[in-house]
Amino acid sequence: MRHILSILIENEAGALSRVAGLFSARGYNIESLTVAPTEDATLSRMTIVTSGSDEVVEQITKQVNKLVDVVKIVDLNEGKHVERELMLVKVRAVGKDRDELKRTADIFRARVIDLTEKTYVIELTGTGNKLDAFLEALDRSLILETVRTGACGLGRGEWIIKA
Amino acid sequence: MKLSDSPHPQAIANSTEMLSGAEIVCRVLKAEGVEFLFGYPGGAVLVIYDEIYKQKAFSHILVRHEQAALHAADAYARATGRPGVALVTSGPGVTNAVTGIATAYMDSIPMVVITGQVPTHAIGQDAFQECDTVGITRPCVKHNFLVKDVADLAETLKKAFYIATTGRPGPVLVDIPKDVSAAKTPYHYPATVEMRSYRPVTKGHAGQIKKAMQMLLGAERPMIYVGGGAVLGNASEQVTELVRLLGYPCTNTLMGLGAYPASDRQFVGMLGMHGTVEANMAMQNSDVLLAIGARFDDRVIGNPTHFAAGNPTRKIVHIDIDPSSISKRVKVDVPIVGNIKDVLIELIAQLKAAEQKPNGKAIGAWWKQIEEWRSKDCLKYKKGGDIIKPQYVVEKLWEVTKGDAYVTSDVGQHQMWAAQYYRFEKPRRWINSGGLGTMGVGLPYAMGCKFAFPDADVACITGEGSIQMNIQELSTCKQYQLPIKVILLNNRYLGMVRQWQQFFHGDRHSESYMDALPDFKKLAEAYGHVGMDIEKPSDVEGALKDAFAMKDRLVFMNFITDQKENVFPMVPGGKGISEMILAEDL
Ligand SMILES: Cc1ncc(C[n+]2csc(CCOP(=O)(O)OP(=O)(O)O)c2C)c(N)n1
Repeated sequence: MRHILSILIENEAGALSRVAGLFSARGYNIESLTVAPTEDATLSRMTIVTSGSDEVVEQITKQVNKLVDVVKIVDLNEGKHVERELMLVKVRAVGKDRDELKRTADIFRARVIDLTEKTYVIELTGTGNKLDAFLEALDRSLILETVRTGACGLGRGEWIIKA
Repeated sequence: MKLSDSPHPQAIANSTEMLSGAEIVCRVLKAEGVEFLFGYPGGAVLVIYDEIYKQKAFSHILVRHEQAALHAADAYARATGRPGVALVTSGPGVTNAVTGIATAYMDSIPMVVITGQVPTHAIGQDAFQECDTVGITRPCVKHNFLVKDVADLAETLKKAFYIATTGRPGPVLVDIPKDVSAAKTPYHYPATVEMRSYRPVTKGHAGQIKKAMQMLLGAERPMIYVGGGAVLGNASEQVTELVRLLGYPCTNTLMGLGAYPASDRQFVGMLGMHGTVEANMAMQNSDVLLAIGARFDDRVIGNPTHFAAGNPTRKIVHIDIDPSSISKRVKVDVPIVGNIKDVLIELIAQLKAAEQKPNGKAIGAWWKQIEEWRSKDCLKYKKGGDIIKPQYVVEKLWEVTKGDAYVTSDVGQHQMWAAQYYRFEKPRRWINSGGLGTMGVGLPYAMGCKFAFPDADVACITGEGSIQMNIQELSTCKQYQLPIKVILLNNRYLGMVRQWQQFFHGDRHSESYMDALPDFKKLAEAYGHVGMDIEKPSDVEGALKDAFAMKDRLVFMNFITDQKENVFPMVPGGKGISEMILAEDL
């Protein structure tokens, strides 16, 4: 099953490689990984999407927790949470495709954030499924490149993950 | 100005004392009560060595290869319980040390490893003797640091000692660039450190301990399985009390030997791949299993699926300081995370207060069954004849040293015979590489023990393959006058490899014959030690007595042993632990 793990980690040089190294050394999956400093600059927040049986995910959580730089790890699947991912798509936009692409983007509440005579860059945020659906809705042959951030998430309401 | 605002005179002294990074290293080692620093110099640590030259607080031990410095520091920690400390230079110094670091890591040994690094401005430039030390060692340390500012050095070293020795112990490495060891800063060494990201648990959960107690008292076929964690956690006294209080059988893993006295009737021997029939059968057939500081690894329970499926109703209680050791390979019913000693003290108190007593009738029947397994006498071997049996040498060693020596071993058949036939009564006496299985540890391990306990008997049981992996340390032993006794069980084979080839690869001895062996007696003599060749069984005991009587000499005893002897019992890799091959089966 897919799990989304949220990690608070000391913002130290090499902290990312400790987590990434652990996953590769123990053969755990990483579907996506995002990391950036938090409002407290000494801490980074990392979100890892992984998959595995409950036993494997429990081991992942314990192993990550054991890393000396990790302050906290929470499996967001254990409660209600929201998650979002950002995607940028560059498409070939000429002739009648220009309007058609704009319409599709509007339906998905995506925005065109850069345009030239022949291209658009479209920005879209949402769950991974929504991003996938948007790509499916586009004419494949028009997609020039895509980039996605991977998911990040937070617990809902009063569920607060702090150091 | 209020009185309380005036700085403490000591604080002034501290804050105005300007020390170099190298001086700080020496001061910190002194403050931590370090007796021995095992190391090897080089360019990146020259500034530190210059300060070592000027101080008297600790002794630096110059080895002949960095790997040995790490192993010696590791053994010092295993034998004393205090952290071992090593110092090596950048680049090749570090890469040579990696085997030693990984060996300590696999067995959770507390160590602080200080490494030199090229100057900060040269990092990343492919400088002479540069390597990414933090990157190379990351997967085999508990934690590591690169110190880029001398102002952080003292606190980082404090953290290193704190992390290495608390929670599940392990090696911690501190990489110090050459300019950092030369730069000066006001010196202040904190008495303690707080880390929000590192707070190891200590106390076990009282409710879980109660559940464990009830489960134990309800058991009909109980088994107590004790691993290296009990030794590392200094809990052997509590283990012994608990086992005696309950009257249940007890087994120790390879790493746990000595945690429970081997001479006791309730001890059923070591378990695992080369464990006794009674230990493995009781383990497999128990209804309640108490695991203490053990991790159900593949050399202990064999195939985990077989272990579980062969006895699906078995209940498991697992006490360990590391939550990630619990339910890793085997599903556990009552996990207790905490300091083993404290948890056992609580468990014993609860057991003593409980009205319920162990089920005497069921336990009696269980012991009857265990005695039946024990009567197979699975460790018996053919005696007599005119070839020395390796097992016999270990038995005689036990007699001659009255079972009270520090025994180190390398890796191979000799290691298993040492574990099976030297009956350890006390913890921290059996020093071997259980986790990584590193050939070459034996001699440097013996050095570490001898430095820690100069008056104790220290024996290194080894093979002719393993001893040659760090034989250069005979020179270190000469320099520091270390009267170690090397017990070489010389079978002219990489014996354990040959045994697997015999059993599983059609007896094809691919590259397992040790040809062109040196004359070990002469070799020992060349290094300035006493060498002995022992070829007849009738000479074994006398030779051992002579060797141990030479209190101030290293004696290298070359026992020419039976070439084709095998280690029994044996559980083939991937099988269940009740599927043992016995000597009599072949
Ligand atoms: C550094 C290292 N290389 C290879 C091995 C694999 N290995 C395990 S036991 C063994 C043979 C050891 O031979 P020897 O030291 O002569 O001991 P014996 O088994 O004959 O008692 C080997 C090669 C190892 N454990 N460590």
